[in-house]
Amino acid sequence: MAGELASPTASPRITRGSSRRVAAFRLLRRRLIQAVPLMLGVVVINFVLIQLAPGSFLELMTAENQVSDPATIALLRKTYGLDDPVWLQLLKYIWALMRFDFGFSYRQNIPVIDAISVHLPATLLLMISSITLALAVGIAAGVVASMKVRTFWDTLVSVVAMFFFAAPGFWLGIMLIVLFSVKLGWLPVGGMATIGGASSGFTAVLDILHHLLLPTLALGLFYAAIYTRVMRSSMLEVAQLDFVRTARAKGLSRNRVTISHVLRNALLPVVTILGVQMGTVLAGSVVIESVFSWPGVGSLLFDSVSSRNYPVVLGIMVLGSLVVIAANIAVDLVYMWLDPRIEIR
Amino acid sequence: MALPLEVRGLSTTLFTRRGEMKAVDGLSLSVGAGETVALVGESGCGKSLSALSVMRLLPDPPARIVGGEVRLNGRDIVPLPEEGMLAIRGKEIGMIFQDPMSSLNPVATVEKQIVEVLLAHTDLGRWQARARAHELLELVGMPDAARRLDEYPHRLSGGMCQRVVIAMAIACSPSVLIADEPTTALDVTVQAQVLALLKKLQADAGMAMVFITHDLGVVAETADRVVVMYAGRKVEEATVDDLFEMPLHPYTAGLIGATPVPGAARAERLADIPGMVPPLNALPQGCAFAPRCTRVMDRCLTEKPALTVPGPGRLVACFAAERG
Repeated sequence: MAGELASPTASPRITRGSSRRVAAFRLLRRRLIQAVPLMLGVVVINFVLIQLAPGSFLELMTAENQVSDPATIALLRKTYGLDDPVWLQLLKYIWALMRFDFGFSYRQNIPVIDAISVHLPATLLLMISSITLALAVGIAAGVVASMKVRTFWDTLVSVVAMFFFAAPGFWLGIMLIVLFSVKLGWLPVGGMATIGGASSGFTAVLDILHHLLLPTLALGLFYAAIYTRVMRSSMLEVAQLDFVRTARAKGLSRNRVTISHVLRNALLPVVTILGVQMGTVLAGSVVIESVFSWPGVGSLLFDSVSSRNYPVVLGIMVLGSLVVIAANIAVDLVYMWLDPRIEIR
Repeated sequence: MALPLEVRGLSTTLFTRRGEMKAVDGLSLSVGAGETVALVGESGCGKSLSALSVMRLLPDPPARIVGGEVRLNGRDIVPLPEEGMLAIRGKEIGMIFQDPMSSLNPVATVEKQIVEVLLAHTDLGRWQARARAHELLELVGMPDAARRLDEYPHRLSGGMCQRVVIAMAIACSPSVLIADEPTTALDVTVQAQVLALLKKLQADAGMAMVFITHDLGVVAETADRVVVMYAGRKVEEATVDDLFEMPLHPYTAGLIGATPVPGAARAERLADIPGMVPPLNALPQGCAFAPRCTRVMDRCLTEKPALTVPGPGRLVACFAAERG
């Protein structure tokens, strides 16, 4: 099977397009299979970590509701299966997960999956918009800097990138709020929608975008700074390669060569680090969400940790890992599409 | 009629922090239609920089043409602005590079890379250009040409990659073809195929070819005339027969002596040229070859020998050769 693709002469019936599709499918299948033990590890480690945390949610729950009757507490312990040994609890949890049951959030009195799925879209929206911003700004700025290397523009790009690379996200968020919301009054301070505004239609979408802008900047500019620097050096490196000279010898202008030959090759390192950073983008969104009271998973996680709502915490960890794994698979496929040399590995 | 390529007194200087270095120093060279002129010399003697100077593809900084003319079909292209050169590269001068594997963009298909030249210099539409690319691949003897169009370079062998590069170089029927060590990175058997291909293409189209190499065996096979370069200067020029029969410059003689002859007795050791090409920023005051020369005289250490005409169609820059 593998030999068929590896040798260019073996199977003339397989055209380039379909062989690449087959390879992509294989990659997808392999990554999905690899994801299973990975997810299992994530579940076990997070489960154990939470077991290690002092106190249980029962203490908080009973204290808040002023329950001190030992019989009630014993009943609650039994209801939530807290009397079982840890390994049995873990097995039960994994068994439940397989049926997509993430447990019950006693705080909101709804299943964990419902609690999370209310908040997940907001987080995904923030992540996607931040990554899009980071890629667009980072690639464009990196290309400009490399084409104007060692000029004023190059220096300007480097200095600005250095600033956003160094600025902590929460601080940047607060500064953006101070400038654009408080001083200028252009953008909302936080939240995801205007209270009492339209709930559907074009106006509602605009309203969400209006709210999305500042958190996206606060989260995305850090990554934009990284991509700018990676893209700049990658462009400069690729520009030294032999095939660039060949392209120039064909009579293509410098700009043409940059766009159609250098750029695509230079994108490869950016895509690589994008995959690596998916997890940190998710982690970063937790901080940014609490700064902007963005109703995402980050806010939910923050509340759940404070209220020891462990089933929700665990559920977020598991789903978060799923999102990161899925994003990484997507990045792998993009990488494969960009670089035809990666066929079967 | 003007010659396809006529280089007169071309000088290219590298402006570096360690000073100015004359990488190409007053090189003159003319190539007629259908003629092959080989440019030979050791690494670092200025062959490739001469070719890149003609193409005006020098890395600037540090390299810049400081003097001389490059006449392409009678027109001097040295003063042309970059936009003017865009219409010349790939159309009037084609160039082939040393390492075929790295000369092609790894993330673009063969078709895209050939079609690109055609779209830049001809009025062909996309589909016509694709058809022409197919023809070109067949012309350069690419096996299974139709299917190779959609391949990426990494799926091709070195020889096939070089055929693609050649197809790109001749796509617009240039009058001048510069081949910079086109066979150095290839296997010997593939070398022979590529050389035969280049000779055939050249003969069919009547192209003027500048063939850069350090391999005198290849020179004997391909060239009509030979220009020997040392430290940025032309030291000898002769027809290929004259050169091999009676090299005048001690450097040329050294190069020929250092070329292995198949079938020669094992015991017969190859005569190497002692020493190394001097760094361009530390050229001796007199003849640049003097420190390595077996026939060095007092005069060689203080005075640079000028090119003289020892016989019809020959040039040499050597005091010892003048004496005979």
